[in-house]
Amino acid sequence: MRKQLCDALVNRAQRPDMVFLTGDLGFMALEPLQQALGKRFINAGVAEQNMVSVSAAMARQGLEAWVYSIAPFCYARPFEQIRNDITFHGLPVRLIGNGGGYGYGVMGPTHHAIEDYGVLLTLPNLKAYVPVFDEDVGDVIQSAGESPMAVYLRLGRGEPPRGFAVPAYAPWRQLTNGGGVPVIAVGPLAGTYIDAIQELPKASRPNLWALAELPLSQNPPPLALMAQVAAHGAVCVAEEHVERGSFAAEFALYLLREGTNARLHHLYARAHHYPRYGSQTYLRKASGLDPGSLLNAIDSMQRL
Amino acid sequence: MLDANRLTDIRKRLIRMHYESGVGHIGGNLSAIDALAVMFNEHMTANDRFVLSKGHSAGALYVALWSAGRLTDADLTTFHKDATLLAGHPPASGIDGILFATGSLGHGLSLAAGTALALSLKGEEGHVYCLTSDGEWQEGSTWEALIFACHHGLSNLTILIDHNRLQGFGSTADVASMAPLWERLAGFDVDMQIIDGHDPAAIRTALHASVAKPRLIVLETVKGKGISFMENRMEWHYLPLNDETYRQAIDDLAQR
Repeated sequence: MRKQLCDALVNRAQRPDMVFLTGDLGFMALEPLQQALGKRFINAGVAEQNMVSVSAAMARQGLEAWVYSIAPFCYARPFEQIRNDITFHGLPVRLIGNGGGYGYGVMGPTHHAIEDYGVLLTLPNLKAYVPVFDEDVGDVIQSAGESPMAVYLRLGRGEPPRGFAVPAYAPWRQLTNGGGVPVIAVGPLAGTYIDAIQELPKASRPNLWALAELPLSQNPPPLALMAQVAAHGAVCVAEEHVERGSFAAEFALYLLREGTNARLHHLYARAHHYPRYGSQTYLRKASGLDPGSLLNAIDSMQRL
Repeated sequence: MLDANRLTDIRKRLIRMHYESGVGHIGGNLSAIDALAVMFNEHMTANDRFVLSKGHSAGALYVALWSAGRLTDADLTTFHKDATLLAGHPPASGIDGILFATGSLGHGLSLAAGTALALSLKGEEGHVYCLTSDGEWQEGSTWEALIFACHHGLSNLTILIDHNRLQGFGSTADVASMAPLWERLAGFDVDMQIIDGHDPAAIRTALHASVAKPRLIVLETVKGKGISFMENRMEWHYLPLNDETYRQAIDDLAQR
């Protein structure tokens, strides 16, 4: 999604108040943005804490500040700066974390971001975007750019099956239809399930929903989804995020508050460390987030 | 221009505020109050910004703002009380002259540098002042900010260091010595001055000097300055005043 990100930001670069700060990342990706912004493109160096506080101060002076780094360096290292300097002041800084989830796969656990939106959404005045497809990025950047509050954008890699007609961006999108249980997948993971689900008979085919914006308080589930959950008395949630602080945990609370009686099956990122390293696909499988694991989970849910 | 009597009155008001609220952090307020009083009363313009990086000296900042007519006496009576704007560390909003909630050390210089760069990018007038503690230079992020400020040549930024040589649980020399601190700082492309942080004339001169790069003023100060039993005593980082120590403190100040 980095190319789409760069294109979308270049489109905004005419705004005189826009500034972009990077933690020394973006080689072979962000050069067009650097050219478009000139001195408003600031390589803040390998100093993420300073970069985030600087961005807060710039937002406080009315500038439209964007901050970019590899996902864990964007939120974990400077967490206190995000908390104190950005969110405590309600400042609309846009934080972009590239390679969320297991996006940096074989690079190792220091580069994984599987607790990012859970950690950040404990803070006030912050919203998270997890674009599902590459095509979403332009709309997400526009929405994030207009946000009156801080934004965290978990950037990944769109993975729709070949030939899939990506629907127009929306915070919630239903990607498959059938008579099976509803499945909610957060971000690009949704695209990886489409083929496997489409191969199931229509009568038992799950209704796959892609979720791209958090938290639920700012993006409540659509009525159609809630009707499916109520009808089946069950829902499956898949996300490349640890269980604690997950979307599923928030959704479970939502179901309880709404008085919806449903079983919730959760597929989630199991660990930062595995006995062996591997790609994002490898690590998803190790966590039981691959399409085969989803089908097994659905099968067991529909047998109950 | 502030004279010695006025500075003493400002100190008395600071002491009274702490006594009435029953809270500490007095020592570091007394080391910082002279520079803050000179800046807010004589030097800063409406276009200028200030960031208190050593947020635990909020009391000194509130009293400096009071001395410049930007907070009222009634405001100061709410210090540290329920429903106050005048918390133990600066609030995120609600007080003209306070841009950021600080209190976790190592944030303020980055906030000041970001503000200075933003003003520069916008082509706006105004100078940014940031007061750090000396112990705060043990925070890596403060050095990140200094590197950033120097790299961008932020000539609209003045960094002041309250160099009172005492921190939370010992002296800066005993805890994590960088002594002499100015030698560590001298390697950076800043205009550095080392002055008596309790001499208003020296503070004025240092603030007025015109420089083409970030300005760094090391304020040689005394923790607890002006009150004999507090001076250079680490415990006055924390202790509140009781009736007896308050009376002694006021007597000390009356003899200045």
